[in-house]
Amino acid sequence: MSARQHGPVPQDGPPSGPRPSPTPCLEVHGAGFTIDGARLLEDVSFTASPGELVAMVGPNGAGKSTMLALLAGDLVPTTGEVTLAGIAPHRWTAKALARERSVMTQQHGQAFSFTVRELVEMGRAPHDASDEDDEIVAAALVDAEIADLAERDVTTLSGGELARTVFARTLTQSAAIVLLDEPTAPLDLRHQELLMQRARELADEGRCVLVVLHDLSLAARFCDRVAMFSAGRLAALGAPESVLTPERIEDVYRQKVAVLAHPVTGRPLVVPV
Amino acid sequence: MKRALTERTRRVPLGAALPVVAVVLAIAIVVAIGSGPIELTPRTVLAVAGHEILGLGPGAGPLETTVVMDLRMPRVLFGALTGAALAVSGAALQSLFRNPLADPGIIGVSAGASTGAVGAIVMLPPITGALVAWVVPASAFVGGLLATALIYALARPSAGTGTARLLLVGIAVGAAFSAATGFFTFAADDDELESVVFWQMGSLGSISWLRLAIVTLPVLLGLGLLMSLARRLDLLTLGERQAKHLGLDVNSTRRLVIVITALLTGATVAFTGTIGFIGLVVPHIVRLLCGPGHRALLPVSAVLGALLIVVADTLSRVVAPPAEVPIGLFTALMGAPFFLALVMRSRAVQL
Repeated sequence: MSARQHGPVPQDGPPSGPRPSPTPCLEVHGAGFTIDGARLLEDVSFTASPGELVAMVGPNGAGKSTMLALLAGDLVPTTGEVTLAGIAPHRWTAKALARERSVMTQQHGQAFSFTVRELVEMGRAPHDASDEDDEIVAAALVDAEIADLAERDVTTLSGGELARTVFARTLTQSAAIVLLDEPTAPLDLRHQELLMQRARELADEGRCVLVVLHDLSLAARFCDRVAMFSAGRLAALGAPESVLTPERIEDVYRQKVAVLAHPVTGRPLVVPV
Repeated sequence: MKRALTERTRRVPLGAALPVVAVVLAIAIVVAIGSGPIELTPRTVLAVAGHEILGLGPGAGPLETTVVMDLRMPRVLFGALTGAALAVSGAALQSLFRNPLADPGIIGVSAGASTGAVGAIVMLPPITGALVAWVVPASAFVGGLLATALIYALARPSAGTGTARLLLVGIAVGAAFSAATGFFTFAADDDELESVVFWQMGSLGSISWLRLAIVTLPVLLGLGLLMSLARRLDLLTLGERQAKHLGLDVNSTRRLVIVITALLTGATVAFTGTIGFIGLVVPHIVRLLCGPGHRALLPVSAVLGALLIVVADTLSRVVAPPAEVPIGLFTALMGAPFFLALVMRSRAVQL
């Protein structure tokens, strides 16, 4: 485990996926965030490295999205610090930061009638124009299975189609750190799988991918590590098998579950009982 | 798959749209210069313009020359500049606020300019007309910029919810300025009232070469600057957070857009009075034709805005000669039905 830990975070066995490289590209030290007296996040510490796919899970309001916003640079931690490649996000220039990390947020309502292709092309904005742009955009359209929709007006898309479009845009940004906030929420079964497979590939290519998920089985299937948040704190961090225990899930989610082994992959399968 | 193909977005490419509207604008300018109490044929207008500006051809009689060069040309060109400034400002502000109802009024510049102009008309002692003719535009310009500056200072937009704050503060400050304008209007005597009403409905009647010369360079510069921001404006339409994720410095872009649009609108409106509807309607028409990408939206809006004002001004001069009907009536009269037709035709309008 490459993570330098502060606070009582359980450290469980090694990740079962590819070994992350030893230098973390993303570090969180005792980070907290308070707004209008509400403590959304408190004393969170972890690191993540290139090559890792890390799931952030937890009940509603546990602080996952706040954590993601701190990492994205949308919010500045009120205590502790967050760094990407050693530098706090708000100290980067917007453009340099956009080359380093890409973000897929939950809300992506469109006010104007761009085409799907135009929206995806905007992912290239932080980069200087190059001959490869068309290729990168075309590949992203294929990866997100929206090549057929390329000339569609984005305001006419369904929620899932729009989410896939925004995911494709995140891909074209070609950033080393990829932050995805509930990317699978509006997607159908197939596209959830496709998206997570692509996220897995991104990590295998050497990127650092953090993804907020509600589906614990999906997190277990694809991610190297799972960070479970509870009431603004990091309740557990480690390999899916060690974090996703029935006791811990019941404790954090107040819901009885059974954890089975996936019949094909053997990964944990979390089902409510 | 079928649905994808049938709903393919149809667009007129910039390379086709811009030349067409530009040619129509050129024709409209020639016709506009020829129209009025003294009718001139396009041939005469071109002969005068060719002789006086390029030194070519025999020109025309002294009356025609005076009418074209001194009376109508500066006015028509000023109208074209004003239309371009208002339409491009409207397009940029709609994208900044992600709100199709935005127009240059949203940053308070119109309300401030009104207060400045009406305040000057009412408060100035009865002095010579020549001085008034300059004090009112100056006061309007200052009023417009003051209102925008006040809104910006109060809203102190920063990352996150900056634009929403700006919108709300803009509404509040705009209302305060409108109240001040109302107070001045209430306090006005009959003569002043006439000027007030006339200013508020807009007119290109007071334009001279000197006035055209004053605004030309700043307006062209402002238009060029906004067009150079096309890519950034595209990103802004995604929302502040997303734009920032894609590497846009949202705060500086927002500041730039507001300063430029306030100057563009303030400079032109100061001399013409409030001309409504152009900044609201023209960008919508162009979006439906060419799509929302600013690389096409801004230049085509500029030319179409210019065209709309040139036509409206021509109508304002010819419907009831020798009286001039305020131009604002025509921009609304022409814009509203066209806009309405577009809205009724499009499947869904999202606010």
